[in-house]
Amino acid sequence: MAHAPEAHAAEAHAHAEEAFIWKYVFSKNHRVIGIQYYVTAMVMALVAGLLAMLIRLQLAWPQRDWGVLAKLFPMGYDVGGGFGVMRPEFYAMLFTMHGTIMVFFVLSTAPVSGFGNILIPLQAGARDMAFPFLNGLSYWTFFVGCVVILSSFFIGAGAAAGGWTAYPPLSALKGAVPGSETGQTFWIIGMVFFIASFTMGGLNFVTTIINLRTKGLTPLRMPMTLWAMFLVAVLGLLAFPALVAACLMLIFDRHFGTSFFLPTGLVLNNVPLLGPDGKTFLHQGGSPLLWQHLFWFLGHPEVYILMLPALGFTSDILVTFARKPLFGYKSMVGALWAIAGLSFIVWGHHMFVSGMNPYLGMAFAVGTILIAVPSAVKVFNWLATLRGARIRFNTPMLWAVGVVSLFISGGLSGVWLAQSAPDIQLHDTMFVAAHFHLIMAGAALFGVFGATSYWFPKMFGRMMNDTLGKAHFWFTFVTYYGTFFPMHYIGIAGHLRRIYDPYQYEFLKPLQPINQLITISALILGSSQILFFVNFFWSAFAGKKATENPWQANGLEWTTASPPPHGNWPGPIPEVHRWPYEYANPDFPKDPVMQHEPLTAAEMEVKAAEGPSRHEH
Amino acid sequence: MSTEVLRKPSRPGPHRGGEGGGEPGGDGNGRGGPEVFFDPGRFGLWLFLATLSMMFVGFTSAYMVRRLAPDWTPLRPPGLLWINTAVLLLSSATLEAARRRLRGWNPAGVSPWLTATGALGALFVAGQLAAWRVLAARGYFLSGSPHNSFFYMLSGIHGLHLLVGLVWFAVVLVKARRLAYTPGEADGLGMFATYWHFLTGLWIYLLLLLFVL
Repeated sequence: MAHAPEAHAAEAHAHAEEAFIWKYVFSKNHRVIGIQYYVTAMVMALVAGLLAMLIRLQLAWPQRDWGVLAKLFPMGYDVGGGFGVMRPEFYAMLFTMHGTIMVFFVLSTAPVSGFGNILIPLQAGARDMAFPFLNGLSYWTFFVGCVVILSSFFIGAGAAAGGWTAYPPLSALKGAVPGSETGQTFWIIGMVFFIASFTMGGLNFVTTIINLRTKGLTPLRMPMTLWAMFLVAVLGLLAFPALVAACLMLIFDRHFGTSFFLPTGLVLNNVPLLGPDGKTFLHQGGSPLLWQHLFWFLGHPEVYILMLPALGFTSDILVTFARKPLFGYKSMVGALWAIAGLSFIVWGHHMFVSGMNPYLGMAFAVGTILIAVPSAVKVFNWLATLRGARIRFNTPMLWAVGVVSLFISGGLSGVWLAQSAPDIQLHDTMFVAAHFHLIMAGAALFGVFGATSYWFPKMFGRMMNDTLGKAHFWFTFVTYYGTFFPMHYIGIAGHLRRIYDPYQYEFLKPLQPINQLITISALILGSSQILFFVNFFWSAFAGKKATENPWQANGLEWTTASPPPHGNWPGPIPEVHRWPYEYANPDFPKDPVMQHEPLTAAEMEVKAAEGPSRHEH
Repeated sequence: MSTEVLRKPSRPGPHRGGEGGGEPGGDGNGRGGPEVFFDPGRFGLWLFLATLSMMFVGFTSAYMVRRLAPDWTPLRPPGLLWINTAVLLLSSATLEAARRRLRGWNPAGVSPWLTATGALGALFVAGQLAAWRVLAARGYFLSGSPHNSFFYMLSGIHGLHLLVGLVWFAVVLVKARRLAYTPGEADGLGMFATYWHFLTGLWIYLLLLLFVL
């Protein structure tokens, strides 16, 4: 044993009297950094959520005079003559920034950078991340990105308005829409900061999980959350660079007159965009589709960056509250690998309507439908885990079951969209918005809520309030479906997404009542998040003190105090002797058998007789 | 330990080894031996280089797509580029010579070769800037044609990474002069050399992509 606990504890004590700024602001401690990420993501979620509420108000009552809102957002509403109707450019800005902030700055940040940092060293049995300084640097890089993105609302003609996908030429021509000016520049800069931060985080995640696992924690003894974090980090490291390359080329197109993405013959406001000679077009021969390929090469793995942590959390939580071993652990790990691997070769399904060769479209469609197989493996394993279990329905369990529900309902519409023929009808309609809000946004969000209530003791040493948590769950669950399920229907009816005023089209007029219903549901959904914010901050400071292992779970993170001390374990790091889901083992009087408990004499005998047992690899 | 090179930029003073899991001395995890499968610093560097490579894979795919457009007019590379390439290759060779001195228990012989590496690297950057000027004088500007754009952009990004390498070089040189690297088995220059050779290889790749293939 090479542990040096005494030396470490002594050294920790020597540094205990640290200045506040080094301990909590420019911290290098994984838990503090994780909480910093998490809380920043909450602030960003608040902003992006408010944008969503404005979007919904517009879709339900588009030509209404919103006097109060016009006073709050003078840039967005026509205030002349007391007529506070939303401006179309403002609407485009709303959906662009809602998508950008939610996808990158909330749902990539809270589960991955937030819980990744909090949980990886605890579940892997490490004192901290592999590179603590890089970890702190990554948070502050992310913070700068947030500031850049938020400030873009207040600079020049407002924030970016070319969609969260930033397709050129809208994003590449400064004069295209008001948001294409400084707003788009800030968008690119903010994204580059985000990607730099995510890359630093990913380097830390992968290095920590590969190199710093405690003794005995073989790959096939890793809990599902740890597996998910590992794969997410790999996806991020391999996929985000493509977007960096694309962003750099976009900057060159925007500011230095190159033509990577800009085709010839562009006309802005009826004026041809001519070069300095005044005769030929400024831009020649670029390909807007090239951006789409590069963007979605990142973009599709990105949706699994959002999803996989939620799948990991769900597995861990379901098992704890079902008090049964995870059904098909190895197939669960394999399914994660399959989903992660397939995510790199299916980006074309976002581009079925771009005029791609039908055979290529077919290849992308087949690859995409294949993802249904590992996804189904996960769902059936979860259901099998729950079968016959005596389930404890605490708040984390409700969220985990919610993830399973959303994963099924969102996954089913995914099979529709995966095929190029139905997709050509459904592309860019509210059906797509319904699909990805259920599966990607919803499952990730529910996963984060579940993880928050489950691992709250390890964040703050206290429990969240269960009653408030349950109320928050039920309000959110019902209104989440109430908001996004009807969108399937209006999407099939032809309601486009990203549309400022649907009722300018005769055939969409009958859909207004449904849109109003959706909006009411969305407003309740938005306001019920207050319950969460109250519960979070109240519990963090005044919640019931948590014990070491309040849920009777068996992972390594439950073998240390809540919250864990400096260095995570006061003494030596526990060694791992078992797989992560040793629940309801009939050979033991107690449940669960913790991961670090040594094998009994009887188990050793069986192992010696059988050779490597099913949990020994 | 070779992790020293990466650890160097972290703040000294009260910050050091505070909440960060006890950085100073050892691997920061109070553990060692069989549990650590690879040296984390080295492993992290390789991961970073993989990420960097993916960015250039992205550029490569963009280049190949864009090259098929009808407005493609090839750019003739200035002869200076080949000289620059030779300079960069030479800098990698002198770095290897420096490492050989270190491995051969001759720490005093390291810093002359190391200095040569940095000087050649700086010369390469200067040569690249000169090549840009030559092209501009001939009337090949960034936005003139897509081939120009790719050349300026890719050589510029490569040059920026080389500048980062030169900063790292300065750190390594100071350490080498203080004889901070243990001679013999442990090759303290290893991580820096990995990064530097990667950039040399990357430049050769870019040259082949832009002007040979």
